[in-house]
Amino acid sequence: MCLAIPARVVEIRDEGMALVEVEGVRREASLALVEADVDDYVILHVGIAITRLDEAEAERTLSMLRKVVGGDEKENTA
Amino acid sequence: MKWMDEFRDRDLVVSLLGRIDTACMDRRYRLMEFCGGHTHALYRYSLIEALPEAVEMVHGPGCPVCVLPAGRIDMAIDLVRHRDVVLCTYGDMLRVPGGRGESLFSARASGGEVRMVYSPLDAVDMAERMPDRQVVFFAVGFETTAPATALALDRARALGLRNFTVFCNHVLTVPAMRAIADDGEEAAIDGIIGPGHVTAVIGSEAFAPIATDYRLPVAIAGFEPTDLLAAILVLLHQINAGEARIENAYARAVTAKGNEQAAALMNKVFALRQCFAWRGLGELEASAFKVADEYAGFDAEQRFGMDDLEHADHRACRCAEVLRGQMQPRDCPVFATACTPEHPLGACMVSSEGACAAAFRYEHRPAEVEA
Amino acid sequence: MGVGLALDLRHGCVDINMGAGGLASERLLQELFLPAFDNVALQSLGDGAVVPMPPGRLVVATDAHVVSPIFFPGGDIGGLSVHGTVNDVAMMGARPLYLSASFILEEGFPLADLKRVVDSMAAACHEAGVSIVTGDTKVVEKGGADGVFITTTGVGMVEESVGIAPDRARPGDRVIVSGPIGEHGAAVLAQRRELGLETALTSDTQPLHGLVAAMLESGVELRCLRDPTRGGVASALNELARASGVGIALDEESIPVGGEVRGVCELLGLDPLYVACEGRLLAICPADGVERLLQNMRAHPKGEGAAIIGEVVEDRDRLLVLHAPWGGSRIVPMLTGEPLPRIC
Repeated sequence: MCLAIPARVVEIRDEGMALVEVEGVRREASLALVEADVDDYVILHVGIAITRLDEAEAERTLSMLRKVVGGDEKENTA
Repeated sequence: MKWMDEFRDRDLVVSLLGRIDTACMDRRYRLMEFCGGHTHALYRYSLIEALPEAVEMVHGPGCPVCVLPAGRIDMAIDLVRHRDVVLCTYGDMLRVPGGRGESLFSARASGGEVRMVYSPLDAVDMAERMPDRQVVFFAVGFETTAPATALALDRARALGLRNFTVFCNHVLTVPAMRAIADDGEEAAIDGIIGPGHVTAVIGSEAFAPIATDYRLPVAIAGFEPTDLLAAILVLLHQINAGEARIENAYARAVTAKGNEQAAALMNKVFALRQCFAWRGLGELEASAFKVADEYAGFDAEQRFGMDDLEHADHRACRCAEVLRGQMQPRDCPVFATACTPEHPLGACMVSSEGACAAAFRYEHRPAEVEA
Repeated sequence: MGVGLALDLRHGCVDINMGAGGLASERLLQELFLPAFDNVALQSLGDGAVVPMPPGRLVVATDAHVVSPIFFPGGDIGGLSVHGTVNDVAMMGARPLYLSASFILEEGFPLADLKRVVDSMAAACHEAGVSIVTGDTKVVEKGGADGVFITTTGVGMVEESVGIAPDRARPGDRVIVSGPIGEHGAAVLAQRRELGLETALTSDTQPLHGLVAAMLESGVELRCLRDPTRGGVASALNELARASGVGIALDEESIPVGGEVRGVCELLGLDPLYVACEGRLLAICPADGVERLLQNMRAHPKGEGAAIIGEVVEDRDRLLVLHAPWGGSRIVPMLTGEPLPRIC
């Protein structure tokens, strides 16, 4: 139910389909349920995109995680 | 942005493990990762072993292969055996034994036409290319997978196909979560790791009733190591503070409302079954999809007059308790003895995401059994 | 097809008479196999081949090849059948010398495809410095085989002083792989039409006896050699651990996996450790020789991507364990059945 991975949109095709790429491997996928452009990343599951990945949110999460773990070190050196 | 690598960063993982350790107070934390994909990820990334002793991961029922009743597999096998169909299925279902000891794999070996597909859309393409054959798609999965089936049904209708049907076994997450939480004292789960990709579809708001009705914190997690650890940390903080909220720890993929286009399409092509028998969890109301009346021409159960086949679990099987988080795999009397991945007695051992299969493969040392 | 007509290698097909041992068989031999596998022993066309053998101990290995599709990016069943058996012989530390090749052909199999396979075998033999000295052909009815099945048996000679065997691994030894893993299995799987994948991945099929010869010359003691074919690195190392009565600890970060192999595996939910290689080897050697052996392998064209991936440890359960970069670990069990693409 959850084997779904980030895939880059390479080419938009007809009828809601697109060519997407995962680490250099390409496959056709349906974008019918997601708004996405070339070079966007989507979550690919059984041949369809179920959501678009938000890069700003990803950066925000990473920097929050880094701050959370960084906070530990600050406490230790205080 | 390296979507996979960044969220597998070694230093972040090590630091998060340290933070989790610091957050543990003098008590045990029983956290259920609902989703089979999360069970798989916890083992694949060697996180179970790396977590502190105080944190116990309880493997939930979110494995659609595991909770599919054996009788439903028998129904698919009967279709292959007795009707002239080409059955399309995901790889996961091929080796799962039904109630009579056979699987789709053995049905294929004895001449049945069973084809593995990666996507339900491929099954529609197949039907289009073979207009004189009846193509049936064996649909399984939670809400992550149901939208793909929905797209397939919609496309089949748009193409006016007369030879494509779906054998629909899609099941729903929140009713199953309620069934777990309903056990109250016995389950004794302190928090839930929510299935990230299901939630990408249904939206994190869908879990609000779990937090309010059962006072259980739910942290929605992605599938990379940092995602899981961040969600665990979120749960520990809430539990320590006596809170019970839904928190979205997979913000890059999940929103509060989810994928509304997908929801709308599913509402159109599916209807709720009044009741569905889940392996291990028993009969749950409004917990599964069937094909909607408007799409009746694409419903395999109607086209082929499929009779409901039921099959009781093996007498020695304790999956019901394992799926509800009341028992750990290693505490089941038949774990790794009569019940193994090669010879599974129950749901939890049949799929590699099943709690027992995962424990057997990644943790179990043969010597432990002899001791 | 009548007597006196040459084989139509462009448009003709295998017919049932070609396996019967009569004129049709003879024609197939004379016009297809002999010109390709040209060598003195084969030309004599005896029931068996008499061949000279250098001094040493005889090594024999055999392998059946049933791969589908027959032609895949980077190779075909012909090249595979030569490399596979050459490598099996080489894994014993032996120099491969002669092969036998037996073909089971499906009625209707295009002769043009058969010629392509046979030419590929001839080229592979030439590259590996071995000859196919004897063989056999049978034809089965349509549906009885998947185009063509090839079984090759190989013989070679190993020096008296070389003692490579699966039960020789000892705690403290190190494990080396000769290059990135999983390429053959991923390339072949990616060709399955129902998966709809587009990739530039090619099989890594190649002969390894030259690399083994170079490794023997390094002077480092080779305890075990194995080529991780069916079942991948995980299966090969589990077998060695069991045979030697030891455990093996793998360092996840050190295991070389190419980007596209990773892509195919992530997409289909497969673990690269279980995906077949056809041009890689695993070596186990004592710790004090491992750096020298590594440099020696990297200097050889077939070992450029060699890497130290783990170590042999005491373990009465004889398990293969994978250690994550963050300190956790998990067991890498023996395969139970063919890994299938999954959605969960």
